[in-house]
Amino acid sequence: MTNAPAHARRRTSAFSGLAWRRARWGYLFIAPWIIGFLAFTLIPMVATLAFTLTNIDLAQEEPLQFVGLRNYETLLKDRQAWDALGVTLKYALLALPVAVILPFLVALLLHARHLRGSGAFRVLFFLPYVVPFVAGVLIWGGMLEQQSGWVNAFLRLIGIADPPAWLDDTTWIYPGLVIMGVWGIGAGMIVYLAGLKGIPTEYYDAARIDGAGAWGTLRHVTIPMISPVILYTLVLGIVEVLQYFLVPLVLKNGTGQPGGSTLFYNLYLYKQFFSFQDMSYGATLAWLLFAVTLAITAVLFWASRRWVYYAGEAR
Amino acid sequence: MVTLIAVLLVAAFLSPLLRAATSAIKSPEQLGQSGSPLLPSDIATIQIDGEDVELFNVPIDGTVRELALVKRGRTESQFVDPANLAAAPNIWQGSWRTLEPVWTFAPHWENFGRVWDLIDYPRLLFNTVVIALISTFGTLISCTLVAYGFARFRFPGRGLLFTLVIATVFLPAAVTVIPTYTIFVKLGWVGTWLPLLVPAFLANAYDVFLMRQYFLTIPTEMDAAAAIDGAGPLRTLWSVLLPQAWPVVIAVAIFHLVYSWNDFFGPLIYLSSKPDLQPLAVGLSRFNGVHYRDPGLIQAGTLMTLIIPVVAFLLTQRFFTRGIVITGVEK
Repeated sequence: MTNAPAHARRRTSAFSGLAWRRARWGYLFIAPWIIGFLAFTLIPMVATLAFTLTNIDLAQEEPLQFVGLRNYETLLKDRQAWDALGVTLKYALLALPVAVILPFLVALLLHARHLRGSGAFRVLFFLPYVVPFVAGVLIWGGMLEQQSGWVNAFLRLIGIADPPAWLDDTTWIYPGLVIMGVWGIGAGMIVYLAGLKGIPTEYYDAARIDGAGAWGTLRHVTIPMISPVILYTLVLGIVEVLQYFLVPLVLKNGTGQPGGSTLFYNLYLYKQFFSFQDMSYGATLAWLLFAVTLAITAVLFWASRRWVYYAGEAR
Repeated sequence: MVTLIAVLLVAAFLSPLLRAATSAIKSPEQLGQSGSPLLPSDIATIQIDGEDVELFNVPIDGTVRELALVKRGRTESQFVDPANLAAAPNIWQGSWRTLEPVWTFAPHWENFGRVWDLIDYPRLLFNTVVIALISTFGTLISCTLVAYGFARFRFPGRGLLFTLVIATVFLPAAVTVIPTYTIFVKLGWVGTWLPLLVPAFLANAYDVFLMRQYFLTIPTEMDAAAAIDGAGPLRTLWSVLLPQAWPVVIAVAIFHLVYSWNDFFGPLIYLSSKPDLQPLAVGLSRFNGVHYRDPGLIQAGTLMTLIIPVVAFLLTQRFFTRGIVITGVEK
């Protein structure tokens, strides 16, 4: 009873004995999550911040000491880190719109009134989502192969004589990676589909009466009604794309080929703490990434008040 | 019309699987040669004097004949007619490299067998299954308990804590992984399965959210009836709530099984030094690093890795989509 928050203590008389017993059971049941949260989220986050102010590494040849802002200084001067951030942001600019819009388009297709067998299509479009990540990367690596890949075979078929070497050309590597990412649209597609199914048909009828065509309906009914889903997909997409590095790691063995274009920020971070075992510098890079992610997400949420419409809210 | 577009799109979407299937039974020679046939084939050969000699399509004397290349030269080469070995060889002017080889159908099924042995598939499969089963078991127990607490009990700070649960879904992993990894090193758990299994018993935000949302849709009357009959909270959970919540339990189980099967980063950083303990995902990646010169072998490996989750998904897909819908709509 004594570890209840202050405002509850004052209300103890309003909180019956039965209610307190329920509350204690509640805390007991959520205890596993609390422990997990402290052990694997909160404490590590604080620890990461603390690491940035020390010289900690796995071998620890020098004695562990507080080094102030030295790691941050190193970060500011680290050309490679900023290049890597540029790589990630450049890729994000290309990949994020695809990641948000493509599942929506597929969901629209699956939601179409005249589609037959939509259940089967839903399953088939979702299927690649359960393919193990490494298998997917290797399969697509083969697909995008310059000589024997089917993407180029198709391009040659429609008359493009010299299709690009997708994964070895600095101009085409990002589009190539985006193509590879297309297999991940499954979950987003299902969420959009659920959102689409939730739009009351009265709105569509009203729009039709007002003379709206397909495009008008899309702009004025469909998109506003699913704008919360768009926001959700967008935020998750941003968090994911800023941490993008596993695909280039598996595809190019972490070399950053071709020519440094796949040296993503998170890959650079991974190398610092896993290969070089420099925990303090890795932590510094991690906090920069977290700060950037937080900033972008905050701006997004603030801006969302303008374009997101929550149908369930009283206006 | 719409259906036609959908069919074309889905065919293109899934075509890489078809390519993987055909490539898996091709030889590296065929995959390295541009213009080779779509089906798995080898260059046809005949035996001349105990040696294998390759056959080419040679335009000679106005027609194209299948001849065996016995002597290669830069500007001219000698060919022998397989039907008439004793006759004098034909001399053909030109670079033999520009000639189309003769292909025969030759599926290399042994690629699967080779992957089985080289990658130690049985061991990797065993590792993957055990890790997936144990972590799913832990997830089910912990997430059910936590979701039950959030859904059926009122306590101070509940709203704040649940918001925190949701917030962690969006948290970048980079900001927690370094100290977590360091702690596991200090504990001596790196190189074992413990860093992958223990956290599963402490619940994860996504599945807690999913189950809590579902629990909220179940009416509380039966809970109250059970309480009147003297049932404690655990008894109520087990006998009243769970029987009604089995769809979401199955959804979480399937979600987590697939997630664990395909998990790559965790096993990568904690098991990189212990090939014997690695799951299929990491093993396949290591295999790629070693055998990249034989793309057919790699594709065979990918097929052997994905076949189980894909078949499992096809058998249970209703629960999958239902589970994702519950999360998505509630947002």
